[in-house]
Amino acid sequence: MENLILEGSAKTPTVNFDGENGVLELKGRSIPENSIEFYKPLNDWIDAYAGSPKPNTIVDVKLEYFNTSSSKCILDLFKQLEKLNQGNTNVSVNWYFEEDDEDMEEAGEDYQAIIDLPFKMIEVEEI
Amino acid sequence: MYRVDKVYQIYKQLEEKNVLLSFKGMITSELLTTILQIMESKMDHIEEKPKVKKKVFNILVECLQNLYHHIDQDDTVHMPLEDKSALLMIAKGNEIYEITTGNYMKTSDVEPLREKLELVNSMDKDELKAYYKQVLSEGTLSSKGTAGLGMIDIARKSGEKLEYDFHPINDTTTFFSLAVKIAE
Repeated sequence: MENLILEGSAKTPTVNFDGENGVLELKGRSIPENSIEFYKPLNDWIDAYAGSPKPNTIVDVKLEYFNTSSSKCILDLFKQLEKLNQGNTNVSVNWYFEEDDEDMEEAGEDYQAIIDLPFKMIEVEEI
Repeated sequence: MYRVDKVYQIYKQLEEKNVLLSFKGMITSELLTTILQIMESKMDHIEEKPKVKKKVFNILVECLQNLYHHIDQDDTVHMPLEDKSALLMIAKGNEIYEITTGNYMKTSDVEPLREKLELVNSMDKDELKAYYKQVLSEGTLSSKGTAGLGMIDIARKSGEKLEYDFHPINDTTTFFSLAVKIAE
């Protein structure tokens, strides 16, 4: 299947969903006024990937900022991956946050509490 | 209109209140991006701590998008232009930022908003976290992409009580003011 590659903008993150390697990366800032439109192709791609996933699927979330509109779409993305995890691929999430960014760390913990997927919290100097 | 010899007074007022940026008008998507860029570069210029910068930026995004979505509602199509206009001010005092917004709203929408603000202000840090998670997992997005999480998120990131005021204009219109403090 084709990879999903979207270049980041002032309000939307860089997307690199690599079906060959089973690595799904979201990086940068996600602050569009209405996030539904932006996240729809990501959901569609995961639906297609679910047909023949790799044995291991790694989700790398490297967000600098996200707004409350995106928070709901990110949750829906995780819910989709949660379902995928019950099939023939093991899904794990790497949640990156910058040093001292307690809000982003907490946001990761919030998802971890809601979603039944293994989360690894990774502190980095700069995203 | 202001008389030209009053301009200095306006300047003085903004300076005394340490206003970094102020805007009155209709908040569009493009304008929102520009305001965020200006504030980012201002905070970079004064070498603001990354932690504070992130908090101010995050809260500013939610405040601006509240204003943006407010005028984006279908029932505001017939509103007079001045009612679609909003006010935004960002001030930086000693170890504290303050974001102030003002906008017209329908008087009939005041009570649900007041209740939400009272609820959020009655909660401590842990209660806000639990409430956020509850609304996040149980709520749905509106067609405008709003999640009902804005005020909860603002209160959570601010760590201070939200200050607000409802100023009645007439039977149907109220002016809503919100002040959010971000301590360094």
